[in-house]
Amino acid sequence: MIGLVSRVPSRKSGPATMPAGKPRPPAPGPRAGVAACLCIVVLMVMGAAPADQEDLVRDIAGNLRCPVCQNLSVGDSPSELANQMRGVIRDRLKAGETREQIEAYFVDKYGEWVLLAPKKRGFNLLAWILPFVGVVAGGIAVAVIARRWAAREARAAAAAPPPNPEDEPYRERVRRELDEFAR
Amino acid sequence: MVELPNGFRGGDGMSWKKALIPLAVLPLIGLLAYGFTTDPRAIPSPLVRKQAPPFTLQVYDGKPLSLEDLRGKVVVLNFWASWCYPACYEEAPVLQRMWQQYRDKGVVVVGVDIQDTEAAGRQFIDRFKLTFANGPDPGGKIAIDYGVYGVPETFVIDRQGTIAYKHVGAFTDRNVAEQVAPLLAP
Repeated sequence: MIGLVSRVPSRKSGPATMPAGKPRPPAPGPRAGVAACLCIVVLMVMGAAPADQEDLVRDIAGNLRCPVCQNLSVGDSPSELANQMRGVIRDRLKAGETREQIEAYFVDKYGEWVLLAPKKRGFNLLAWILPFVGVVAGGIAVAVIARRWAAREARAAAAAPPPNPEDEPYRERVRRELDEFAR
Repeated sequence: MVELPNGFRGGDGMSWKKALIPLAVLPLIGLLAYGFTTDPRAIPSPLVRKQAPPFTLQVYDGKPLSLEDLRGKVVVLNFWASWCYPACYEEAPVLQRMWQQYRDKGVVVVGVDIQDTEAAGRQFIDRFKLTFANGPDPGGKIAIDYGVYGVPETFVIDRQGTIAYKHVGAFTDRNVAEQVAPLLAP
């Protein structure tokens, strides 16, 4: 991967056309794009299935709530119980269990409370959906209210009574004095 | 302001709309109020009324004890630690007394010493002259299998091997009378 990425720019950049001493970053060609995509895919695959078992232990522990802590995952907590829970995760992985089976085991013992993120189903869906609903509803409310205010301003401007001719001398005087003041 | 009739017409609509605001806020307040009535530290155990997970305890100075062998007895399974002061120190005499009083009536008291050193555990047992079965829990296997999150926690398991009751905090004489004794009725 790394070899491919480093080779792409040197082929694409034209050193002959570049003024010496002024290196220009090579324009990313289609090959560089493909390489970057491949890189991302590889990283995603690596993220989804950590090669090292210890990484997987940390990953699973990171999604479990440490029962004796305040707002800490089993992965982050230095407490003895969290340490032992990591040990249990390790043993179960060695016994060939999957992440889902291990999570189900802890849910079985501690309840769904032990999951740091609630499962996306049933009543829990509210926690996942409501924030977005709130943002959208708030946006719509702001748009509607702003529009209504703007309409009211326009109506008020249109409905404003025409200037009274009797006021004109006073207006003129105010203008004059303001001018004088400005000078 | 200027168009009074129009304003009045809108007035009815406005009061109806204004009533909507508290109506929209009420469920939220209800939810928060409900949140205040619950104890954020109380973690309901999903294990109550389920089959007690099997285990084998390596008893200090004794034969390994397996839950399977205790089927037909009422088992009081207590998780403790020597560093758990004062709750474990308060309940140790209660447990010992219950053991002496009920052992002939079909109660077995089992103590699991978790997150502890053997020396400190044995010292605790000597201090309270505990005569019921006590043993360590290396790696916290038994404790985690019972969803234990602190000490002391006590599980009362009925004659059929079902968890009848889970108690968090020091076990008291009242718990013995209310949660253990009724299970002994034939």
